[in-house]
Amino acid sequence: MAKAELMDYDKALELFEPVLGFEVHVELNTKTKMFCGCANEFGSGANTNTCPTCLGLPGGLPQVNRQAIESSIRLGLALGCEIAETSRFARKNYFYPDTAKNFQTSQYDEPIAFNGQLTIELESGRQVTVDIERAHMEDDAGKLTHMGGAAGRIQGADYSLVDYNRGGVPLVEIVTQMIEGGEADSPEIGKTYVAAIREIVKALGVSNARMEEGNVRCDANVSLRPRGSNILGTRTETKNVNSLRSVERAVRYEIQRQAALLTAGGTITQETRHWHEDTGVTSAGRPKSDADDYRYFPEPDLVPVAPSRAWVEELRATLPEPPAARRKRLQADWGFVNLEFQDVVNSDLLDVLEATIAAGAPAQSARKWWTGEIARLANAAGVTAESLVTPAQVAALIELITDGTLTDRLARQVLEGVIAGEGTPSEVVASRGLAVVSDDGPLIAAIDEALAGQPDVLAKIRDGKVQAAGAVIGAVMKAMRGQADAARVRELVLERAGSAPVESAPSESVE
Amino acid sequence: MTSLINQTAAALAGLLADGSVSSVDVTRAHLDHIDAVEPDVHAFLHVARDAALATAARVDARRAAGEKLGPLAGVPIAIKDVLATHDMPTTSGSKILQGWIPPYDATVVRRIRDADLIPLGKTNMDEFAMGSSTEHSAYGPTHNPWDLDRIPGGSGGGSAAAVAAFEAPLALGSDTGGSIRQPAAVTGSVGVKPTYGGVSRYGAIALASSLDQVGPVTRTVLDAALLHDVIGGHDPLDSTSLTDAWPSMAAAAQAGLADGALKGVRIGVIKELNGAGFQAGVKQRFEETLALLSAAGAIVSEVSAPNFEYAVSAYYLILPAEASSNLARFDSVRFGIRVNPEDGPLTSERVMAATRDAGFGDEVKRRIILGTYALSAGYYDAYYGSAQKVRTLIQRDFAAAFDKVDLLVSPTAPTTAFKFGEKTEDPMAMYLNDITTIPANLAGIPGMSLPMGLAPEDGLPVGLQVMAPARADARLYTFGAAVEQLLEAHWGHTLLSQAPALANIEMFATEGGAV
Repeated sequence: MAKAELMDYDKALELFEPVLGFEVHVELNTKTKMFCGCANEFGSGANTNTCPTCLGLPGGLPQVNRQAIESSIRLGLALGCEIAETSRFARKNYFYPDTAKNFQTSQYDEPIAFNGQLTIELESGRQVTVDIERAHMEDDAGKLTHMGGAAGRIQGADYSLVDYNRGGVPLVEIVTQMIEGGEADSPEIGKTYVAAIREIVKALGVSNARMEEGNVRCDANVSLRPRGSNILGTRTETKNVNSLRSVERAVRYEIQRQAALLTAGGTITQETRHWHEDTGVTSAGRPKSDADDYRYFPEPDLVPVAPSRAWVEELRATLPEPPAARRKRLQADWGFVNLEFQDVVNSDLLDVLEATIAAGAPAQSARKWWTGEIARLANAAGVTAESLVTPAQVAALIELITDGTLTDRLARQVLEGVIAGEGTPSEVVASRGLAVVSDDGPLIAAIDEALAGQPDVLAKIRDGKVQAAGAVIGAVMKAMRGQADAARVRELVLERAGSAPVESAPSESVE
Repeated sequence: MTSLINQTAAALAGLLADGSVSSVDVTRAHLDHIDAVEPDVHAFLHVARDAALATAARVDARRAAGEKLGPLAGVPIAIKDVLATHDMPTTSGSKILQGWIPPYDATVVRRIRDADLIPLGKTNMDEFAMGSSTEHSAYGPTHNPWDLDRIPGGSGGGSAAAVAAFEAPLALGSDTGGSIRQPAAVTGSVGVKPTYGGVSRYGAIALASSLDQVGPVTRTVLDAALLHDVIGGHDPLDSTSLTDAWPSMAAAAQAGLADGALKGVRIGVIKELNGAGFQAGVKQRFEETLALLSAAGAIVSEVSAPNFEYAVSAYYLILPAEASSNLARFDSVRFGIRVNPEDGPLTSERVMAATRDAGFGDEVKRRIILGTYALSAGYYDAYYGSAQKVRTLIQRDFAAAFDKVDLLVSPTAPTTAFKFGEKTEDPMAMYLNDITTIPANLAGIPGMSLPMGLAPEDGLPVGLQVMAPARADARLYTFGAAVEQLLEAHWGHTLLSQAPALANIEMFATEGGAV
């Protein structure tokens, strides 16, 4: 990919004001597709979740998925939108092989939700309110795989395969109004806005919200307005930016690219652009003009959707606490400093942490375990932390530490047992025999044995060099295979030094 | 077994039920007759001889085993090729679907199978139901059994000719702007376009979604009612399907046979559908029928529907607009023929274009272009938007008329069957032939065509169109059966008994005087 000229970011902002707009597509996690009874399932064999309707066969007709309407209304409400009293599907006509009917069943002038607002908070604490123009329902396209040629790209491919399993999966497209005044924060606004949408759909439970699986996809519109001008610049639309970091990078890249081009006397082409994750650049897609003519007209095969006000209110009552407010509340409840809390949020562990704490664990311990050992194991296994253990199990584990049954080190072994499916933490303690030895007898025996190997220790302790006890404690812990309370061992060693001098024992021969 | 093909479906059902005949006999008689007359008529695009006989044998066996079967069990039926059938090719009269066998049955097809009717095959039609003559079929025209040099109407000329030529007692049709009623009129048969939403469209290859409706094509009103009862009713797979509980149409038709059924019925004659442009013999038979109705106690008055003059224009914007989108799926990617461009790169866009160029006929292309234009940005309001407003005005005209009368009548078509080639070079003349039938589709109301005699000047059938308010399909059947009885009593025979014998076929003795 030929690298475009880029202008220094600060310089670009001196000369231009970035104007943003985002279209976020959210794939709903309904059981069936938007307009037919086929399974809405990721990862099935190609073209197995299909029927005459979603394959666009002659004679196929759509039937609206009520659950998708419900999810769309709840999402609209969570974005502060008004819900239309009557809303209509429309056909967006264009030819493309992944679009079975060669039109997308979408919404045009009568979307289900409109006029919303979403306030996001940037890392600096700056609050930005994004106006939502609309959230409308539509069906997804199938998936094209280009065979032969370079790297699965369409250019140079010998042929292409189409999988219509995704064709007809319900989407909600959330369209913002123009976002002005973002200034240098523009890339972060993009990232934070998409993160907020993702968080909302997750909290609502209406989408699996996995960006890597395309559940949430962002098209980023960027244009630059020369300082002092009130005329909007030509925009580009960077399609399908599929991670939060990429949204940030793509917006920044477009600002720098457009600024360089404009300053050099060039013009921006109104077009879609592709984001390249690997190289961090965008490249030209197809020209897109405002005159793009999709020949929208009301879908004659469907009747209007007219959600009763009572139903809308019923759904409003099911809305969860807004994620931003919830985060504020939890951070205060748990007493985490920003860094600690961000760590939890960034690791996507808010829900499990809340559940763990609700199950009785102290907040800091819960945080430490989830962001520490469990995250490490999950990372190593390439899975999510919450897929390894349940919050209840982690709370039980922490409880065993708190009551002295386990040391941190023993607890790690118990955790491994729990992950290996050996049972609850208590069951693993029992079956593996991992509990801390609380009987002084075996400890004293181990201490004696250790002191016999290091005869000068007691004398050093008596001389006030208490830290010398460390060597004995280490040896005892090792001998006890960790199943001892180090603090108790220390106490016993010091007790011993205070009470009786010890004869030097015969030194062991060392080979 | 020639006599079996002359029977009505109701009569055949009686003979089958009392064991006088077997379904295999009935089916074979029709198949043999199909073999004999098809070279002249060409009503069928596909005849499923073996499957039909096998199905008939199974129905006979179940009846012999004492199973209780539906009223039309064992009666053969022809299916318009617009309907998806999982065991027969489904082409919609288009080359682009040549040989395509759908993986599923249309809901109406499933319903006739569930009711144990015997599908004989698929009938010819104008390509994608665009036309009034079947001359736009990619597989050659169907010939009118009354005069083989003339069109059988369209788009459902195949179904109408099949019942008129006694190749099948029943057929399924689809009606977007008259495709059931106009062929019925010009072939002397009966055709009903039900209330929009009364019969499922699932599996009917869409022409114009907001206008299309599947319905019965038969030789008698009672037969149409019996078939309507089988295919009608709510289908969750069609979102525009009405959830009404429908009365029995057959019972409604039977009610029409009672003495005095026409007494006091208020009949409105639509002024705008009875003037200039109507053939003299058509007008004459219509006036005579009105006189008979009055004599039978009906109250005949004239009503006006001032907005009907815009109906054809509105229809020819709405239909192409919806069709241009409905036909977009014919792109060679998932089904149908595929044609590669002769030179240049093989991109999907170019393959789609080459396939559509080779696979669609001129009339289809004409309407796709019209519709694409009508929906284009900047033209939408002027064309599609205005047409939808006309539609509302026409609905109001009907509502106002039905405030005054129970039923509306007009000739079904302005003329009798025209000759092949007469209108193919003049699309506007072809379009105007639908002026009488189009308003019912635009308003979503039910309409029926039944024979009302032969035009004196050419001896060809003339149809009476009857329209009722939406959901009042039963009223059509009651009135239709009464009118049919009245006219046949007047003539002393059925109209179709006057049809000329087809080549080499000794069909039945012609009797009775001139109609």
